[in-house]
Amino acid sequence: MIGGLFIYNHKGEVLISRVYRDDIGRNAVDAFRVNVIHARQQVRSPVTNIARTSFFHVKRSNIWLAAVTKQNVNAAMVFEFLYKMCDVMTAYFGKISEENIKNNFVLIYELLDEILDFGYPQNSETGALKTFITQTGIKSQSKEEQSQITSQVTGQIGWRREGIKYRRNELFLDVLESVNLLMSPQGQVLSAHVSGRVVMKSYLSGMPECKFGMNDKIVIDKQGKGGGATGQSIAIDDCTFHQCVRLSKFDAERSISFIPPDGECELMRYRTTKDIILPFRVIPLVREVGRTKLEVKVVIKSNFKPSLLAQKIEVRIPTPLNTSGVQVICMKGKAKYKASENAIVWKIKRMAGMKESQISAEIELLPTNDKKKWARPPISMNFEVPFAPSGLKVRYLKVFEPKLNYSDHDVIKWVRYIGRSGIYETRC
Amino acid sequence: MPAVSKGDGMRGLAVFISDIRNCKSKEAEIKRINKELANIRSKFKGDKALDGYSKKKYVCKLLFIFLLGHDIDFGHMEAVNLLSSNKYTEKQIGYLFISVLVNSNSELIRLINNAIKNDLSSRNPTFMCLALHCIANVGSREMAEAFAGEIPRILVAGDTMDSVKQSAALCLLRLYKASPDLVLMGEWTSRVVHLLNDQHMGVVTAAISLITCLSSKNPDEFKTCVSLAVSRLSRIVSSASTDLQDYTYYFVPAPWLSCKLLRLLQCYPPPEDGAVKGRLVECLETILNKAQEPPKSKKVQHSNAKNAILFEAISLIIHYDSEPNLLVRACNQLGQFLQHRETNLRYLALESMCTLASSEFSHEAVKTHIETVINALKTERDVSVRQRAADLLYAMCDRSNAKQIVAEMLSYLETADYSIREEMVLKVAILAEKYAVDYSWYVDTILNLIRIAGDYVSEEVWYRVIQIVINRDDVQGYAAKTVFEALQAPACHENMVKVGGYILGEFGNLIAGDPRSSPLVQFNLLHSKFHLCSVPTRALLLSAYIKFINLFPETKATIQEVLRSDSQIRNSDVELQQRAVEYLKLSSIASTDVLATVLEEMPPFPERESSILAKLKKKKGPGAVSVELEDGKERGELNGGGDRGVPDLTNALSTPSPSADLLGLRSAAPVSGAAPSAGSLLVDVFSEAGPAAASAGVNDDGFLRFVCKNNGVLFENQLLQIGIKSEYRQNLGRMYLFYGNKTSVQFVSFSTTLNVQTKTVEPLVEGGAQVQQVINIECLTDFVDAPLLNIKFRYGGALQNISLKLPVTINKFFQPTEMAAADFFQRWKQLSQPQQEAQKIFKASHGMDTEVLKAKLLGLGTALLENVDPNPENYVCAGVIQTKAQQVGCLLRLEPNAQAQMYRLTLRSSKDTVSQRVCDLLAEQF
Repeated sequence: MIGGLFIYNHKGEVLISRVYRDDIGRNAVDAFRVNVIHARQQVRSPVTNIARTSFFHVKRSNIWLAAVTKQNVNAAMVFEFLYKMCDVMTAYFGKISEENIKNNFVLIYELLDEILDFGYPQNSETGALKTFITQTGIKSQSKEEQSQITSQVTGQIGWRREGIKYRRNELFLDVLESVNLLMSPQGQVLSAHVSGRVVMKSYLSGMPECKFGMNDKIVIDKQGKGGGATGQSIAIDDCTFHQCVRLSKFDAERSISFIPPDGECELMRYRTTKDIILPFRVIPLVREVGRTKLEVKVVIKSNFKPSLLAQKIEVRIPTPLNTSGVQVICMKGKAKYKASENAIVWKIKRMAGMKESQISAEIELLPTNDKKKWARPPISMNFEVPFAPSGLKVRYLKVFEPKLNYSDHDVIKWVRYIGRSGIYETRC
Repeated sequence: MPAVSKGDGMRGLAVFISDIRNCKSKEAEIKRINKELANIRSKFKGDKALDGYSKKKYVCKLLFIFLLGHDIDFGHMEAVNLLSSNKYTEKQIGYLFISVLVNSNSELIRLINNAIKNDLSSRNPTFMCLALHCIANVGSREMAEAFAGEIPRILVAGDTMDSVKQSAALCLLRLYKASPDLVLMGEWTSRVVHLLNDQHMGVVTAAISLITCLSSKNPDEFKTCVSLAVSRLSRIVSSASTDLQDYTYYFVPAPWLSCKLLRLLQCYPPPEDGAVKGRLVECLETILNKAQEPPKSKKVQHSNAKNAILFEAISLIIHYDSEPNLLVRACNQLGQFLQHRETNLRYLALESMCTLASSEFSHEAVKTHIETVINALKTERDVSVRQRAADLLYAMCDRSNAKQIVAEMLSYLETADYSIREEMVLKVAILAEKYAVDYSWYVDTILNLIRIAGDYVSEEVWYRVIQIVINRDDVQGYAAKTVFEALQAPACHENMVKVGGYILGEFGNLIAGDPRSSPLVQFNLLHSKFHLCSVPTRALLLSAYIKFINLFPETKATIQEVLRSDSQIRNSDVELQQRAVEYLKLSSIASTDVLATVLEEMPPFPERESSILAKLKKKKGPGAVSVELEDGKERGELNGGGDRGVPDLTNALSTPSPSADLLGLRSAAPVSGAAPSAGSLLVDVFSEAGPAAASAGVNDDGFLRFVCKNNGVLFENQLLQIGIKSEYRQNLGRMYLFYGNKTSVQFVSFSTTLNVQTKTVEPLVEGGAQVQQVINIECLTDFVDAPLLNIKFRYGGALQNISLKLPVTINKFFQPTEMAAADFFQRWKQLSQPQQEAQKIFKASHGMDTEVLKAKLLGLGTALLENVDPNPENYVCAGVIQTKAQQVGCLLRLEPNAQAQMYRLTLRSSKDTVSQRVCDLLAEQF
C-alpha cells in the first residue's frame, strides 16, 4: 500500500506531492531528497530505506518519481505502478519533463486521485482513463454517457468501451525484444537472456474476441505431430499478460484469448534464457605497450541471415582514466574518442548479416604515480536487428466478432519484429 | 596573502568553473570534468613545454576538480615545477596545490623539500613566508623532520623580516603540536623568550603563542618569560590608546596580545620576585580600573575587546588565588556583569564566579551576589545561563546559606528545563546532605525533591535518604511521620512510595502510637499505592508488609490475607510470587522470636562516599570538575606543601565517622588525590596460631584503648601516625589502616608485615600524604593473642621498624542480645559450672562515672540490660560471640563499689577460654 507519491526535479525540488496515508509525514519528502537525490555517493538501489520508511524510485530523464510506504509492500507491485504511471503521463502529455509536469500539474493530481485510492492501485488503463479524464475541459455529458462511463469503469471489461466502430478493421503486432549478454574475452557466454514484449495496436469495431498463438514449446509439443515439423519452438521462462487476457484459459489450455483495449496495449511480457541467437560477436584484443601506450583492436562479427540488415550499431570501448591521446583507424563507420565519457565510440549505420568489421586504436597514457591498475571495464554494444533474438514467432492472431458482420479475414494484420540490445557487454 | 589580481585572472579557469556551475545534473558535471581532465592530460603529456601561465591555470583547474570531490592522480610534478618559478602567483598556486594534495610519494617529497629549502634560504621575504605557510599547512612528520632544525634559526636570526618571523613562530608552533619530539628548542630557548621584547607587536603576538605552548610542556626552561611578559603587559596596559597605532583596536591597545600575555602568565605560579609581582598586581589593578571607566566608544567591538582582557585578567587572578584584594575586586566586577544586558557577559560572569567561589578569599564576596544569582536562575531566558547560575549556586553554598539556596533550587526545579533537571536534583540532594545541621530539614528537603521532580530522582538519591535515616536514630521518627504524611497525597511518585515503604517498614512503629497513623492505617495507605507501582517497588512493598507483621502483630491477619490473594501468590512475576509465598509461610510458621530476629531492624550502613556525588561527577564528565573535587585537590596540594595535612588527618581519624562529614569526603581517602588506597589483604585470625606474641619491640600501649572503641589513632611518633577505622559484623570484620606521613619527605620502600599473612602496601608514602590499607578479618574460633603488624620503611637513609598489636580482640565479634530479667537469670544459672565462670575483683583506675561505664560496656559490643539486676547500681550485659566455628553466649555482671573504688566483674560463658579472655580484657578498662 503506497503511502505517498512524490515527483522531484533534478535539483530535488518537489513538483508533485500526494500523500495517501497518515503514516507518511511531511518530513519524508525531505528525507528522500537528502538521502537519495543529494546523496554524496550516487544511490544505485531503486529501493531505499530511511528511518523505517521505504522509498521506491524511478528516474525519467531528470525527473524522480518516488513512492513512499511504511508497510511491507510488494516491491514489484510498486514499481509496476510507477512504470504504469509514467506510461499514463506520457500518453497524456508526451515526454516526462519538468516543464511538462509543471504545466499539467492539475491533470497529474487528477490522475493520481484516479489511479491510486488510499494507496491501492486502481484502473490505470490509458484508454479507459481518457474517457473521463480529459485535457480539454469538461464537456457537459449527457446522462446516458455518464451512466455508460460508470458501467464501463465498474463493469467486467473496464478497459474497453462499447460501441466502437471503424471503417477499416486493422491490427498491428510488434514483437520487441532486448537481448542482454556478458561474454568473456575468449568468447564464452557468461550470461545471456532476452526480455521481450508483444505490443498490440488495434483498431477493431465492437467487442472482438481475439486469440493469439506463438511458437511456445509447450503448445507445440501438445499439438504433437501437427505443426511441430515446420519450425523450432522456444522455451519461455516466465511471462505476464495484460489484464485483458483470460488467465484461466491460459492456465487450462495455454491459449491466449482476450478482448483487446482500443488502441495500444502491451499484450504480454516474457523472458527467455535458452537458445538465444546472439546477433553480434565482439572480439577484443588489448595490448599494453610499456607504461604509456595501449593498443586496442576490436572485431565485430554479425551473426544472422545475410539478407537482414542491422541498424544503429554503436560499440563503446572504455579507455583508461589517464588517457592523454587517442588515434583511431576503422574501416567502416565513424569512430571518435569521447573524453567526457572516457570511451571510444564507434558508430556504424548499417551492417548486413554474416559480415565482419574491425577497429584499431592507439591510446597514449600519462604516467601517474598511482599504483592502481586500470580495472578494464567491458566493451559494450548497441544495435537494432529486424528479428527476434529469442526465436519467437507469431503463429496466428484470430479475431471473432459475433455481433458485427466482419470476420477474421476482413481484418488487416501487421506483424513486426525488432531486436534491440540491452546490456550487451564483452570483457576485454 | 594577496589574492589573484584581476589582471592576472585565468580566463580558462573562470570559464571552466562557470561551466560546472551551470551543469543541470550530476552526470553533466561529471562529463564536463572528464572532458577537462582529458584536456589537461593531453596538455601535460610532455611533448611540448608549457609556459608558467598555462601550467598554473591547469594546476588550478585540477585543484578545483579535487575540491569538488574527484580523485586527482596526476599533476603533482607540474605543481612542484611551479614552486621553482619566480613569479609570486605561480609559486603561490604551486604551494597551494602541494599543501592540499600532498601525498607521501618519497620521490616527490624530496623535490618539494628541496624547493622549500631554496625558498627558505632565499632573501625574498614573501617566498620565505610562502614556504613557511606550506610547511605549517602540511605539518606532517616528514616536514618536521626536514625543517624543525631550520625554522628556529630563521625565527631568532637578527636579519629576518618581521613578517617572516611571525610566520616562522606560528609554523614552529604547528610543528611542535604535531610532533613535539622533533622540535627541540634547547639552545634557542632564551632567544625565543627574548622575542617578547621585540619591537614589532605582530612578532610578539606570534611568539607568545609559541611560548605559551612550549612552556606548558616544560615550564622550567621558559621561566624567564614571566618577568618579560609582565613588563610587556605593563607597557601595554599603561600605554595610551594612541600609542600603539596599528595595534589599537577600537581604543583598546593590543587586546589580543594582552590576552595572550595573561594566558601565558596562567601557566606559572605567582612570580616570586617582589618587584615583578608588584608590577603585575599593578597591571591587574589597572585592568580592573579600566573596566570601571566609561566606555570610549559605543561600538560593540570596543567593549568586547575590553572585556576579553578583563576576563583573562580575572582568570589569572583566580589562578594565583593569593591576592584577597584582587579576588574581591574581581568578584565585584563580575557582580556588575551579572546584571549586564549582554547575555554572553552574564554567562561568562557566572562561569568565572563558579571558580571564584571555590577560593577561600573570595567565597564570602561571591556569597553577597546570591540574590542576583537566584534571580538569574529564575528569569534568564537562555538555558545555558540558567545552568551556569545553578552551578554557581551550588558552588557558593555553605552552611550559612544552604537553607536558602536549597529552597531556591527546589522551587526552581518545578519549572526547570528537562535537560538540567536530573543534575539539579543531584545537586540539591548533595547540598541538603552536606550542609544538613538538622536532619529533619534534610528529610523534608529530599521528600520535597521527590515530590517535585520524582522522575528525575535517580536511585542513588533515595538510597542515600534511607541510608541516612537508618544511620541516625534521631530522625527516624520524624522521617516516618513525614513520609506518612507525604504518602497521603492522592498521587505520589513511585520513588516516594519506595522511600515510604522502606521507612514505614523499618520505623512505622515510631508513629504507631498516634491513632491517625495506627498500624492498619499505615498498611492501608501503603497498599493503596501498591497497584500503581512497578515490579521492583511492589517487591519492596511486600518486604515492608512482612516487616509490619513483625512490628505490629495485630496487622498479621490483614497482611496474610493480602499475601494469600491470587494477585500476589500467583503473580506472573517470579520475584513477586516468591516473596509472597515465602513471606506468607514465614509469617505463619515462624514464632515471634524467630520473626523478630529475621526481621530485625536494618543495621546501620557503613559510611562511604556518597554515591550521589559519584553520580554527579560521572554526569559532568572529566572536563567539568565539580567543586568538591577541586576542593579535594587543593587540599592535596596544601598537604604537599607543609605539615598542614596532619591536623586534618587526625581530625578525620579521631572523630566518630558519621557526624563529621556525611559525604565521607575527608574520611574516605580515595577522594583526595594525594592518598591512593593500598591493596587490601585478608587476614585469618587463628586462635592459637601466632607465635609467642609480645616480642621485644612490640608497642601495645595503643592496643588496650581499642577494646571498647573501633576508631582512633593507634600509634603516633614524630614520623608516622597510624589511624584505624574498623567495622565488625558477626564473625567478619574490616579494618582500615591509615598511614600518615607527618614529615615533608617521602618514605621509601614502605612495607607492612602481619605475622599471619601479608600483602604489600604502596612502597612510597609521599611527604604529608596518607596511604590507606584495608584488612579483612574473619574470626575462626576464639583467641587470645592479637595479630602483630610490622611496619618497615626508610626515612631519609635510616630504616625504621615498628611493631604493633592490631587491636583485634575477641569482644569485637560480640553480637548484643536483648533479654528479659527472667530469661537472663535462667541462662545465668545454666552456666553455673566453675570453669564457665571467670571473676575478677580490681581497683578502679578511672573515675566511676555511670555514663562512661555504660558507654564502655556498650563499646564492648554487648547489650546493656536495664532493670535486670535487683541492685540498680550493677550492670548486666549479654551478648553472643560469633566465630566461624561456633557461637559463644556470654553473660556479664559488673558490680561497682563506689566507697571502696573497687569493681567486681563476673563473666559466664559457654566456653572457659572465652570467659577468661573477656574478663581479662575488660578488667583493664575500668
